[in-house]
Amino acid sequence: MLTIPRAIHDDLIAHARADFPVEACGMLGGVDGAVSAIFRMANTDQSNEHFMMDPKEQFAVVKELRNRGLGMLAIYHSHPESPARPSEEDIRLALTPGVSCVIVSLAGAEPDVKAFRIADGVVEPEPIEIVE
Amino acid sequence: MNLTVNGKPSTIDGSERLNVTGLLAALKVAQAAYVTVELNGEVLEREAFDATIVKDGDAVEFLYFMGGGSAAFPQSRR
Repeated sequence: MLTIPRAIHDDLIAHARADFPVEACGMLGGVDGAVSAIFRMANTDQSNEHFMMDPKEQFAVVKELRNRGLGMLAIYHSHPESPARPSEEDIRLALTPGVSCVIVSLAGAEPDVKAFRIADGVVEPEPIEIVE
Repeated sequence: MNLTVNGKPSTIDGSERLNVTGLLAALKVAQAAYVTVELNGEVLEREAFDATIVKDGDAVEFLYFMGGGSAAFPQSRR
């Protein structure tokens, strides 16, 4: 279960919309499943079908999380034109252990935000609770 | 050898010269082929892992490649 404050949930969608049609990506930080920080990051692929993070930015965000006493809870990205479920590529590249995969889809009439746990190629939906 | 690994003190046993590839093995890092390494603040090219020797007091960070995307959906259900 991921608990996401409304403001961060809204920012996930705002980021996906701002980068459209390119896939947006970033990290969510927090403690024990409770998200308290969002880090918008650059998609070095600048593609509407792929994302890749810049390693330098990854290291900088992880150190910032550590400095704030937070852990990396999720890696998020958008699917500008496809549903909020992991693609084959998402499954294959879900390499960081213990981290959720959050996908923001803009394919429908309304944005759709879903979370998954992916390990060894197995995808499990993860509930999201939005808190005010 | 005493290192700082992902912000935490870490002691690596053995006195032989250890390169970054060997360090990842010593740390039992799974899927090391997908890991990016930063040594003392500098991101290393993967090609440099074998030639880069870690020294006592070094700060090492490693992260997994982070990427993906909406291409190639299973069962063509896009």
